[in-house]
Amino acid sequence: MVVLDIETEDGQREALRRMLTIRAFDTKAADLFSDGELPGFVHLYVGEEAVGVGACSALESDDYITSTHRGHGHCIAKGLDPDLMMAELFGKANGYCNGKGGSMHIADVDAGMLGANGIVGAGPPLATGAALTSHLKGEDTVALAFFGDGAVAQGQVHEAINLAATWSLPAVFLVENNQYGEATPVEKQHNVQNLSETAEAYNIPGFTVDGMDITAVYEAVKEARKRAADGEGPTFIEAETYRYHGHFEGDQQPYRTEEDVAIWKDRDAIESFKRRLVDAGAITEAEFDEMKAEIHQQIEDAVGKAKEAAYPDPSEAYEDMFNAAVPEISDFSSGMRADGGENR
Amino acid sequence: MSTETSSGTGPDQTKEMTIREAIRLALREELERDDDVFVMGEDVGKFGGVYEVTGDLVEQFGETRVRDTPISEAGFMGAAVGAAATGTRPVVEIMFSDFIGVCSEQIINQMAKNRYMFGGKTEMPVTVRTTEGGGSGAASQHSGTIHTWFAHFPGVMAVAPATPASAKGLLKSAIRSDDPVIVFENKQIYEQKGEVPLDEDFTIPIGTASVEREGEDVTVVATQRMVGESLELAEELAGQTSVEVIDLRSLYPMDTDTLVESVGKTGRLVIADESPLSYGTHAEVATRVMENAFYSLDAPIQRVGVADVHIPFSPALEEEVLPSGSDVEAAINRIV
Repeated sequence: MVVLDIETEDGQREALRRMLTIRAFDTKAADLFSDGELPGFVHLYVGEEAVGVGACSALESDDYITSTHRGHGHCIAKGLDPDLMMAELFGKANGYCNGKGGSMHIADVDAGMLGANGIVGAGPPLATGAALTSHLKGEDTVALAFFGDGAVAQGQVHEAINLAATWSLPAVFLVENNQYGEATPVEKQHNVQNLSETAEAYNIPGFTVDGMDITAVYEAVKEARKRAADGEGPTFIEAETYRYHGHFEGDQQPYRTEEDVAIWKDRDAIESFKRRLVDAGAITEAEFDEMKAEIHQQIEDAVGKAKEAAYPDPSEAYEDMFNAAVPEISDFSSGMRADGGENR
Repeated sequence: MSTETSSGTGPDQTKEMTIREAIRLALREELERDDDVFVMGEDVGKFGGVYEVTGDLVEQFGETRVRDTPISEAGFMGAAVGAAATGTRPVVEIMFSDFIGVCSEQIINQMAKNRYMFGGKTEMPVTVRTTEGGGSGAASQHSGTIHTWFAHFPGVMAVAPATPASAKGLLKSAIRSDDPVIVFENKQIYEQKGEVPLDEDFTIPIGTASVEREGEDVTVVATQRMVGESLELAEELAGQTSVEVIDLRSLYPMDTDTLVESVGKTGRLVIADESPLSYGTHAEVATRVMENAFYSLDAPIQRVGVADVHIPFSPALEEEVLPSGSDVEAAINRIV
């Protein structure tokens, strides 16, 4: 696998590839959802690609991230396999969570991805915990929490930051300010101009960066990672970005106009990064088009494979609760079956 | 299912100690045994814990592994979940179980669900120790018995020791378990004494009850403080009514077989637990017996607990609502 390091040309192309993969994956997820092909609901990362990829390009491969309900982009940025992600979206047995988690709970702990999370604000305490492990074991790993502007109003986010700051843990808190907490604009949810002012309360560095500029995100996280790894504690970074889709697919978005969205699309993170790479000679227009077509095909293939994959056996619903065997689960599940009561 | 203990020397050697000391011994042994184990909570370090359970552990293991936290249950409970998912074995102290309300999100939506939601691809070796129970004039926000919530909630194991030996054995099993376990310690019995095995590998399997006293006429299934009260009562009633006393020990999973076997013998059941009665731990014990030993029952099952009120402050009121041995006696008298 190509190392994601945007200080090299190979790494820049890889970053562009991951941004395009996120966009293709989530655009396809939107289509699948509107066609009624996906169970449940999906929250898409389209528009925010520079944040996830910029941040993960500043991390080492064994660093940890925590994520949000809008987690597909973080997964791809961290290097997870779109085939297994798509299988999970379809609820198939070969998905990342064997079909038990779905879009909102994709995790791959071995790859450092501690889980997308359906609870707003629940991820930062987990990142503090992963940073605590690193501290206790004397490891070099760092934990980065992605969370949204909405989560900054959650008490447990502040508790997590306070704990990490007080204990000087190797953590990075990265808020993706996509301008809306669900359907309410950020200015109606917070009394500060910049969410990064939060950092002052915890006596840690805080920065607001342009989340549509992958380099700005990369540089801020790189610096934060260095501080964390050097034992200087956490950093709070606000990346200003925008989600092109609604909070969830099907959101009618009465809280904004097409013009609002167009302003941000004019600053599209993929388009501007591509332009910079073309200008610098790191990629040609033709190579870019080829890359885009390849990724499009990769996602189409992922959908094809996911559709063909098997659903989990219904008996799997009673597996994975505990590491230890618990008689209740097998007794109760068999006892409720038409044929199961006889043997009780 | 009961655990044999005997005084003497060698691997079966025991020592008399309090429940508080037994818990501290378990923590000390597990901290010594496994570098991945660490303790954190409010004032567990130099202060030694609000009920002096952690005591001097910080002197032996240092502030890194016996960590004082801010008063920030959601933060450090969540940190325990993240730490456990990444390779450590946290033992978290929540000073009073009533405070679990402020960190229940991390317990119910993260600790309890992650393993299942992730398709079994992460382990969650978190132990939570917390205190329960009335009797110290601490009023409603420091006296609750809430273990039913977590015995009910899928994905969490719940245990509740009643004796020094079970306090040691259950806690050691909890710490060694790769699953999340909440240990509910009744604060009124920390000073209760008993023989405790000194074997460093003495554990009590989670999911096992213990017949603490054999009897023929009625079974009392009790938890925590009510075990001791029921044993005293059984002694008083000896010669008149033969009472079998079972320490439930493990609320979830529950040792149905031991309950069923006992009721099969006695035909009568009293359940004594300090939870509020409605939808309580009693209800689960009763249902297991009804499902599996219905035709052995000779009388209606009796419940002894709290009559669906909070624990009040005034000693006159607190004494009224808390279950005691005399309530168990009254329950026995109704059916024997």
